[in-house]
Amino acid sequence: MTVSSGELKKARIVGLTGDEAVAQAVKQCDVDVISAYPITPQTIIVERLSEFVANGELDAEFVPVESEHSALSVVTASALTGARVFTATSSQGLALMYEILYITSALRTPVVMAIVNRALSAPINIHCDHSDTLGARDSGWIQLYGENVQEAYDLIFQAYKIAENRNVLLPVMVCLDGFTLSHTLERVELIDDQDALSYLPKKLCYPFPINPERPATYGPLALTDFYFEFKVQQAEAMRQALSVIPQAMREYEKISGRHYYFFDAYGLEDADVAVVCLGSASGTMRYIARELRKEGHKVALVKLTVYRPFPTEELVSALEDMKVVIAMDRSLSFGAVGGPLFEDLRSAFYDHEKRPLIGCIVYGLGGRDLTPSDARSIFKYGLEIAKTGMVPERVKFVGVRE
Amino acid sequence: MSSKPGWREIPIGAVLLEPGSSVKVRTGDWRTFKPIIDQSKCVRCLLCWIYCPDASIKVIDVNGKVDHVEIDYEHCKGCGICERVCPRNAITMKPEGE
Ligand code: SF4
Ligand code: SF4
Repeated sequence: MTVSSGELKKARIVGLTGDEAVAQAVKQCDVDVISAYPITPQTIIVERLSEFVANGELDAEFVPVESEHSALSVVTASALTGARVFTATSSQGLALMYEILYITSALRTPVVMAIVNRALSAPINIHCDHSDTLGARDSGWIQLYGENVQEAYDLIFQAYKIAENRNVLLPVMVCLDGFTLSHTLERVELIDDQDALSYLPKKLCYPFPINPERPATYGPLALTDFYFEFKVQQAEAMRQALSVIPQAMREYEKISGRHYYFFDAYGLEDADVAVVCLGSASGTMRYIARELRKEGHKVALVKLTVYRPFPTEELVSALEDMKVVIAMDRSLSFGAVGGPLFEDLRSAFYDHEKRPLIGCIVYGLGGRDLTPSDARSIFKYGLEIAKTGMVPERVKFVGVRE
Repeated sequence: MSSKPGWREIPIGAVLLEPGSSVKVRTGDWRTFKPIIDQSKCVRCLLCWIYCPDASIKVIDVNGKVDHVEIDYEHCKGCGICERVCPRNAITMKPEGE
């Protein structure tokens, strides 16, 4: 996110936590149905929304349910009527939604769900890592990650814009780091209510809304003769999203003055070593990158905002001139080649002539802090690889006690 | 397989826009035992019609009155319930292909 100057309405500036900012954005999107089950650190999002509904600020149906499985079922079915819907969860709640995650995307319902990233049990932990959402990367949902509270707020509007596009019609997760963003008060510029509504698609974008006048069957059986075709349709919708997303982001810039893209790059023009990461760690990493550049080290930071669909071509062309790329994974894929982000990045380069050396850093599991000295050691690790021309360990853990 | 529509031609999300299309699915192909009605024993009590879970007992009317019952073999899955409920033992299940 970078701020561009231009003729814009004067923004209202407020102090909000990540959870409050998400609730504020959802209210401004004028959603029709909200259903949720509380879970730390997401709870404040739906608490605020239930207040907005109770005090008349938001004209929506708020459906309290007994589990996250039901919450996602309620909003998925509501979306089939053409309603704009919202839910939010974290960690175990997302895990409990698993069965419905695939159904929401396969039914092509434009559900928007905020995920406040939190580590998965066991041992039980309430703090941030990305194992909840990265585990759901194959569920057919678009995934957007915010770096700070402002981005979490902004991405909600863009999520509806993308989800409800007729060429996409896929659900979107807006991910924000637990506590680091969800419970931290930051300065947020709000967009104008009218601008928000004119930016968003007209309601009833879902093409076959449930209507008793025109009976139809939703979620039927499709066996060996049809199932495959529906999966290819979903793959195609993800491909379409690759062109819809930057368009939605450009239009958002017009009403907000804030620039978004698949990723935000700092220092790539002359760098030898680029670090790629998701979420709030980007702030620390960029700060350290700036210090290292002052010391004469050619380092860069790429913060990935869109993880699914993976912007393969765009990342490859942005990173092809690097000597070294370091993927920072805040989750583990046990027994795999490396962390999920690392695997995607390395695989993206396989067909490409110019291939940087690619390393994987796993950090921050269960909310373990990424300190500035950890950040520095990660860049130094990349610089060392650039010097020696070899990656010493395929996966390196940073911040863990030996 | 190639006679069926491709992925570009079918509604997204597997929505079936035409109601009642299950009639077109030949569930009769799933059958291994086939119910045969002995019309000479049948008294048209219609218990089989009530119990059949697949609405596969067809009641044939002539001049507004029940004339006889037949089986819709396109949809009968061969569960054998009709055989069990028939008070006249008018229905026997015969292996398919016999
Ligand atoms: S065998 Fe079962 S499905 Fe077939 S007619 Fe009898 S009751 Fe109906
Ligand atoms: S239950 Fe037996 S007797 Fe009654 S209608 Fe059916 S076949 Fe005939």
